[in-house]
Amino acid sequence: MAETPKPEELFQNIDHSLPDEPWEEIPPDLSEGRFCYPTKKKNLEYLDLPTTTQDEWSPADEEWPIPDNWKEIIHEGFKERLEKYRSLKIFMDVCVRCGACADKCHFFIGTGDPKNMPVLRAELLRSVYRNDFTTAGKILKKINGGRPLTKQVLKEWFSYFYQCTECRRCSVYCPYGIDTAEVTMMGRELLSLLGLNINWVLEPVANCFRTGNHLGIQPHAFKDMVDFFCDDIEEITGVRINPSFNRKGAEILFIVPSGDVFADPGTYTFMGYLLLFEQLGLDYTLSTYASEGGNFGLFTSSEVMKRLNAKMYAEARRLGVKWILGGECGHMWRVINQYMDTMNGPADFGEVPKSPITGTVFENAASTRMVHITEFTADLLRNNKLKLDPSRNDKHVVTYHDSCNPSRAMGLLDEPRYVLNSVCNHFYEMPENTIREQTFCCGSGSGLNTEEIMELRLLGGLPRANAVKHVHDTFGVNMLSCICAIDRAALPPLMDYWVPGVGVTGIHELVGNALVMEGEIERTMDLRFEPLNEETEEDADE
Amino acid sequence: MNAAYLYSLITVVLLGLIAYAGAEAAGLEVLFGVIIPYLALIVFLIGFANKILDWTKSPVPFRIPTTLGQQKSLPWIKQNKFDSPYTTGQVVIRMALEILLFRSLFKNLRTGFGKDGQKITYKWVVWLWLFALMFHYSFLVVVIRHLRFFAEPVPFFVTMIERVDGMLQIMLPNLFISGVVLLAGASLLLLRRVLLPKLVYISRPADYFPLFLIIGIAVTGLMMRYISKVDVIRVKELTMGLATFQPSIPEGSISGLFYVHLFFVSLLVAYIPFSKLMHMGGVFLSPTRNLANNSRAKRHVNPWNYPVKTHTYEEYEDDFRDKMKEAGLPVEKE
Ligand code: SF4
Ligand code: SF4
Repeated sequence: MAETPKPEELFQNIDHSLPDEPWEEIPPDLSEGRFCYPTKKKNLEYLDLPTTTQDEWSPADEEWPIPDNWKEIIHEGFKERLEKYRSLKIFMDVCVRCGACADKCHFFIGTGDPKNMPVLRAELLRSVYRNDFTTAGKILKKINGGRPLTKQVLKEWFSYFYQCTECRRCSVYCPYGIDTAEVTMMGRELLSLLGLNINWVLEPVANCFRTGNHLGIQPHAFKDMVDFFCDDIEEITGVRINPSFNRKGAEILFIVPSGDVFADPGTYTFMGYLLLFEQLGLDYTLSTYASEGGNFGLFTSSEVMKRLNAKMYAEARRLGVKWILGGECGHMWRVINQYMDTMNGPADFGEVPKSPITGTVFENAASTRMVHITEFTADLLRNNKLKLDPSRNDKHVVTYHDSCNPSRAMGLLDEPRYVLNSVCNHFYEMPENTIREQTFCCGSGSGLNTEEIMELRLLGGLPRANAVKHVHDTFGVNMLSCICAIDRAALPPLMDYWVPGVGVTGIHELVGNALVMEGEIERTMDLRFEPLNEETEEDADE
Repeated sequence: MNAAYLYSLITVVLLGLIAYAGAEAAGLEVLFGVIIPYLALIVFLIGFANKILDWTKSPVPFRIPTTLGQQKSLPWIKQNKFDSPYTTGQVVIRMALEILLFRSLFKNLRTGFGKDGQKITYKWVVWLWLFALMFHYSFLVVVIRHLRFFAEPVPFFVTMIERVDGMLQIMLPNLFISGVVLLAGASLLLLRRVLLPKLVYISRPADYFPLFLIIGIAVTGLMMRYISKVDVIRVKELTMGLATFQPSIPEGSISGLFYVHLFFVSLLVAYIPFSKLMHMGGVFLSPTRNLANNSRAKRHVNPWNYPVKTHTYEEYEDDFRDKMKEAGLPVEKE
């Protein structure tokens, strides 16, 4: 990304002045760097999804490879979705264009592009809805804000529905709770009917479908990677761990976002999970078949989401576990909290989750039988089941990024904070309008974590980074913690760019560092093989 | 600049002139005093019911509340009951706070950009909330007050509201605060829409039209009361006739202003079902607000859930059996 301008420059160039032409007349910017690459046909074919009429194509092309009856397909698809989702109908009908949501979207704040205002993003779809599906729209046409579906509109959809991370921040401020993420999801489903998908979503989806995880890691390789971690853990702590895989009769099935298995710094978080379970003597197993928590189907269509998610319950049933524990993952938890039981349930296996260590029954997960790991760990801490040495995290001045999905589609806010406050000594919150339910997206969620749109991502992540910069400058924060694997992948480049000197970590990496294990050697390194306490070392030298 | 509001303004003025001329000059009192109001009411009732039925015909397949606060989890973690409701009772409170107090609007922030400091700031702004509240509540009071024209004897709550509303005795007849606040609220909302660049950019004629219409209603109403007085007895005769389905145009004339007022009201009422004004019904039905955040605890059923093609464990094992065996992973079939 040699051509990415310097941060100051990029910041100065953000222009919030509005164009003279009405937005309907402005074509979408489909120049290189402004769009995600379309998916390879083979991924669509593998999943039996509609494909484009031509294998190789670029959104920058004048003509898109879509069937001649594309209008009909979209129209039918739209109609079907209006009949299936009350949310869509209501959101199409009741927006009063009050503008309360307009400056709440990180992509609008970062790019200044008016079509990134949630109200206009939804209007892209709404204008067609009005024109085609309402009486007033049919009569009044443009006066009512309606417009016919054209190829330009289709391109606009592709551009702007893939410039929305489905983070729902806009819906917090809307007087009717209009959730533009929901509109975006519908828009993407419609595009998908023509095979217009992006590769960074569809390739992981195809991989997940086949192997169970995003990168398409095959079972033996998955096991190998975990074995590597165990070697590292032994070197750091002196404790040897041998986690089990696909083991029938285990009490708990543990499912992580696979990003924690294959990409730093998520891997350290994965090591943290392993340390914790070992210390507890937890009767759990990992699965190579259901080796992915994150669900990119959410960014494609509800059907694809359901197809991927089915593995978790199927595997729990096959292995005969009592319940499922889930790792630190953003979209996984949105899907589990809002869709899982409804689309994949009933969870006809096991029983209501109960911590074997504390005896706590997780009533709030009675039906899905799935507990979030920060709920589980917070309960352990509250019941004094862990011996900790938080000073092992002393070199970190920590702040916490509320990942969008667990925050705004689950309400998981205090559990991670409780854990953090137990395992580290220096914790500072970012400003209140940028955390908890008002949290800002990393700018790369919903499948946008792809290299070719790096500049867009940096702009989208700017509000998040800016709040981190604030605590970095004020309190010397140097570590940004989070509970989402996409965050762990997306935030490091964001920090390197806007707030150099701030690292990124999962919560359970810090837990792993602080955890005092039975039979461990004196620790000198953290889970990253870095000296535990740089400062004290320096102090000792003086 | 955006001419959308000019179109809307001109349309409303023209409509007003038509009613004035129609009733005053052309003697079409029956049309403007009886036929149009009845038609408007019919259109409203059928349209409104239709829209609600149409909405409720579509199911809510998934439970998608936007959680704006701490979920209910461990007993010692304090749940935010109204922003992340777990029971129906809590949902009702959440909805009541939203509908009665416009709670989401109250949270509005303005994003600011300090170019030199490279800082983004967020400032709490209450204007939209305040104007909206002024507008809606005064409108409600005005509507209730008008029940006096459609009921005999006048219900006690109407008299009561009138008394409170008219407490400010600075003019004769008593100045009703609600009328003035309604005009102010609507005008402020309109000003926002013509002055704030972002609002101008997203506004369509359909956004200005109802505002001008309502301003028209408020202005003609205030004029009739304080400036060019109309004969209230005659007006009541007409409205009671409408209310009891024995419509008649009273002897002697009611001013043209009244017909303009009534015409505007008729238009507004008929316009509601086809426009964004349906938010008055939709706000109750929004799935991000009216559902409890307890979908991990309680099962929710999707009426159109259908089986999908998955990659089963058996297929998976068939794909990878040898590799699994080699790695020492358990398999079902040797
Ligand atoms: S806040 Fe809601 S009603 Fe207002 S413009 Fe945005 S989506 Fe429309
Ligand atoms: S869901 Fe997030 S990214 Fe999408 S429009 Fe709303 S605030 Fe922007």
